[in-house]
Amino acid sequence: MKKLALYLVVAAVAAACASKEAKQEPTGVTDRSTGVANPTVGSNVTTNPTNPNMAIARNPLTDPSNALYKRSVYFDYDSNAVKDEYRGLVQAHSRYLADKRDARIRIEGNCDERGSREYNLALGQRRAESVKKIMTVLGVPDARVETVSYGEEKPVAPGHDEAAWAQNRRADIKYAGE
Amino acid sequence: MNRLLLLFGALALSLGARAQLTIDITTSGGRQIPIAVTPMAGDAAQPQAVGEIIAADLGRTGLFRPVNTAGVSPLPTEPSEVNFPDWAARSAEALVIGKIEPVSEGRVEVRFRLFDVQKQAQLASYSYVVAPAQLRATAHRIADVIYERLTGDKGVFSTKICYVVKNGRRWELQVADADGFNAQSVLASQEPIMSPAWSPDGSRLAYVSFDQKKPIVVVQNLAQGTTRVVASFRGNNSAPAWSPDSRYLAVALSKDGLTQIYRIPANGGDAERLTESSGIDTQPAFSPDGQSISFTSDRGGSPQIYRMAASGGPAQRLTFEGTYNVGPRYSPDGKTIAFVQREGGRFHIASLELATGQVQVLTDGTLDDSPTFAPNGKMVLYEAQVGGRGQLAAVSGDGRVRQRLTSGAGDVQDPAWGPMPTN
Repeated sequence: MKKLALYLVVAAVAAACASKEAKQEPTGVTDRSTGVANPTVGSNVTTNPTNPNMAIARNPLTDPSNALYKRSVYFDYDSNAVKDEYRGLVQAHSRYLADKRDARIRIEGNCDERGSREYNLALGQRRAESVKKIMTVLGVPDARVETVSYGEEKPVAPGHDEAAWAQNRRADIKYAGE
Repeated sequence: MNRLLLLFGALALSLGARAQLTIDITTSGGRQIPIAVTPMAGDAAQPQAVGEIIAADLGRTGLFRPVNTAGVSPLPTEPSEVNFPDWAARSAEALVIGKIEPVSEGRVEVRFRLFDVQKQAQLASYSYVVAPAQLRATAHRIADVIYERLTGDKGVFSTKICYVVKNGRRWELQVADADGFNAQSVLASQEPIMSPAWSPDGSRLAYVSFDQKKPIVVVQNLAQGTTRVVASFRGNNSAPAWSPDSRYLAVALSKDGLTQIYRIPANGGDAERLTESSGIDTQPAFSPDGQSISFTSDRGGSPQIYRMAASGGPAQRLTFEGTYNVGPRYSPDGKTIAFVQREGGRFHIASLELATGQVQVLTDGTLDDSPTFAPNGKMVLYEAQVGGRGQLAAVSGDGRVRQRLTSGAGDVQDPAWGPMPTN
């Protein structure tokens, strides 16, 4: 084996070059709404002016003691099957959607980092679709549930072991306007 | 096995100080051409040492072995000054000499000559009149000429690459020279950026943006910086692939349920469905002749690579070994597909020769992804995970030469190698 090291340090760039580079400023993505409606989710917060002592009804979606506070369904590796322990969670949100006819949700699927990015994006969407399928059976109209995916791009747990991966194989229920 | 380590002190450009870029090259077997690239006369007066850039370009391919030029005095700048026996004694087979001289209006003339040392014959001679700021690009053009003259293949030193850099909660889409220099941020976002794809003429990039809290496909004009949302249908919009005539993008959409492949006009418009499966169809890639599309599908139970006509219709399965073969990318001649293969829980880049069905595993990482061919077909650039971070790596089509491009900070993901320059 031969080893050879070359150290090339390049000098400063000419001013003319720098001014040419400056033309290519970072640009943002044009913001165009996808047309998903933004209904007010917190409309069930009511007050009774005749009885100021009456407790104010809390938004069930943001109330930690409410079943609707839980939003995440976790999956096994290489699987999009919704496990029995998450059926209650999905049912609770289905009932809420049946009651609140202006409520819309997005289900966001996620994957662990293993595998190809684009295929994982599609796998995450299939996980979201599995959750939606249960909701559809329970009577939630198709038009009020959009299934999307972040694939492996936004892990909540940054590690590279099973403990982190288990946190990242997930579908999250998000209400429009949140 | 030869190992060649090149360390580049990267430049402070409009982005501010950039992290150091290290290119680590490993070659095994095969003959390397010993080449002497002399410092060009007048190089020292210029901001960028042309001779060093040429030598680094050639060295990175793994096909050349640099010959020491120290102690040669005076350095030859004309054919009559070349002492061929001396270069032969240094075991050089090829010799590059040149000079840089100021001409009018602040411009400089770069002249180089390439010699066959044994035959004492000149193989090439070119001269370029450029602004000093163009010297780096000129060095790449000279390296392209030398590479083609000595190997018979087109050089790719004047091409661009793009990739995504993730730093915490910030994503940037960057475009850089093929050697990693002159990195420019063309897009920055607080949301993920995925799957950049060069238009065939290199003027535009299609990519997946999450700025709308879901994946949509955007096309950005690089010179103007303008962007256009071309696919933001219900559900996921991703995996853009340009048709060779630039008129269409094949994309993966989930607007009708699970992800399927559609065709949309490159400027946006209605989506025409190309696949009809009950599983996931994604990662389309047009063949270079535009006649077919290869893609990933798990219609048969496990994700495999299939091929169909570019207009859709029945698909033929191309991969049969293993339970995970995804993400096909065509070589420029259309004869080979690079893809991601899982084996024993590890993900490698492999190549499939379409005529014979022969599969060759090219890499040995743990989580390799996103292969992209150099426009001369000789190297495959890809994303490798090293120490929990994404980094760029490249491997020759025969697996013999390997490069790793290590950047100082962040995850480097999703590379795409741009086309040959148009002029």
